[in-house]
Amino acid sequence: MAVNMMTAHQVTQKVFNKEELFILDVRNEDAFEDWKIEGEYFEYLNIPYFELLDGVEEILDKIPSNKEILVVCAKEGSSVMVAEMLSEAGLTVSYLQGGMKAWSEHLEPVKVGNLKDGGEIYQFVRIGKGCLSYMVISNGEAAIIDTTRMTDIFVNFATSKGVKITNVFDTHLHADHISGGRKIAEQTGATYWLPPKDAQEVTFEYAALEGGSVVTIGNTAIDIHALYSPGHTIGSTSFVVDEKFLLSGDILFIDSIGRPDLAGKAEDWVGDLKESLYSRYRALSEELVVLPAHFMIIDELNEDGSVAEKLGKLFAKNHGLNIEDEAEFRRLVTENLPPQPNAYQEIREINRGKITPEEEKQREMEIGPNRCAVR
Amino acid sequence: MDLLKANVVLDATGLACPIPIVKTKKAMKDVEAGQVIEVQATDKGSKADIEAWANSSGHQYLGTQEEGDTLKHYLRKASDEETIEKKHPNTATNEELASKLSENIVVLDVRESAEHAFNHIPSAVSIPLGELEDRINELNKDDEIYVVCRTGSRSDLAAQKLVEIGFKNVVNVLPGMIKWTRETTKLEN
Repeated sequence: MAVNMMTAHQVTQKVFNKEELFILDVRNEDAFEDWKIEGEYFEYLNIPYFELLDGVEEILDKIPSNKEILVVCAKEGSSVMVAEMLSEAGLTVSYLQGGMKAWSEHLEPVKVGNLKDGGEIYQFVRIGKGCLSYMVISNGEAAIIDTTRMTDIFVNFATSKGVKITNVFDTHLHADHISGGRKIAEQTGATYWLPPKDAQEVTFEYAALEGGSVVTIGNTAIDIHALYSPGHTIGSTSFVVDEKFLLSGDILFIDSIGRPDLAGKAEDWVGDLKESLYSRYRALSEELVVLPAHFMIIDELNEDGSVAEKLGKLFAKNHGLNIEDEAEFRRLVTENLPPQPNAYQEIREINRGKITPEEEKQREMEIGPNRCAVR
Repeated sequence: MDLLKANVVLDATGLACPIPIVKTKKAMKDVEAGQVIEVQATDKGSKADIEAWANSSGHQYLGTQEEGDTLKHYLRKASDEETIEKKHPNTATNEELASKLSENIVVLDVRESAEHAFNHIPSAVSIPLGELEDRINELNKDDEIYVVCRTGSRSDLAAQKLVEIGFKNVVNVLPGMIKWTRETTKLEN
């Protein structure tokens, strides 16, 4: 019948709106097992495209006639081929523009709240990988926290809002994705802040982000208070924005907590992690809205697609915040950990400025889920 | 890299997925059973896909070499050699060969040179079955020769041939490389 193109943005809206979608994923079985498009009401069929070279007849009875069909592959080419074969067989189907490569890079901006005197805070949901970045806007200025490699999206968003990017922060040295912080800072003249304890081997200039630092965005004084909260990394720092939002980096997530092993120091950092979560965060207002740097599963998304929850709620519900026994806590965060993120050591090197692989290689390294948490 | 001999070379460079696999599948029709095809591609995803495709379609994926931006994938076309009855009477198991490796024996690998190149028993001499008669002078009739291939079938034919020519002490190793778990020499990429 017909072949349509669906964009990553359109698929993201279907995730947010909890719509139904039947995904025919024609990548390798390993690739599908490792990582796929997640949606609450999505159904899947994984048949590698190279099994379909002789025709799609054999899978026709596995494809529902009453659902929207999306064919997905790594980079688009194979999904177009399979979509055309299905179309010739009489079905109306779509393919994902840019494939999983585009899905991995797509960022969906979601407004998470207003700040005083007309300020706003936006969350950029990297839906395919679970990374969350933030932009704080106030009176013509913007700060970005934990940017991704796709810097154009942030720069263009700031332009569309008519604001100038003045400060860029990373809560820690990331191991799961390549930071765009330095690039944006170079491009816009903004100050790039990093916690010095995570920046010991970096090859570039940065402003040292210490616990207690206060950075003001816009002349209406939206303050970003830095709170030293080690554990995921030794430098991990959280931010309290406008006394309303707690940007928790990779220390605390909605349904999980940070893993301390990605720098190879799990045993050393367990105590720091516990102290950050059970003492430093405990001392904060329970009314603060926690905005983490990742989500792990699609269930963590709110109705509007945002990932946010009050600190008090997390103290009540998040299992990782409710383990009083030291030994049990130690076991949770050091044993039976999920696999480490793809290429995490190389990604750390890139974020230190030590290596700069070409873009295609960087893209490849980031393929797959983020895996920064333990539940 | 003349160790990696291929009977057919397919140029799929500059082509994006799915074309390298589509072309490989087509080219495979003209490859004879048991022969080796080299597929040149620049699409990085082709490695995982060609390996998975080969496994699902019964062909043997030998390995991939990178040369600059080009990936060279080596595949051996499926053959029905496993179903042929083995006739050479003097056989040894993989384990028996392993225990003999330190002794004064010759391990003769009669698989295709590309199969040998990617993964072989360290001391093995490579003479593909098809070249055995032409290269017979490289072997000594008085040596104790253990013949190995992937599943024991080609080595069976090679052993029979050696006996015909007058070799006295020829042993066919069963099942062969497919189940070999001891040390091997692998091709460095």
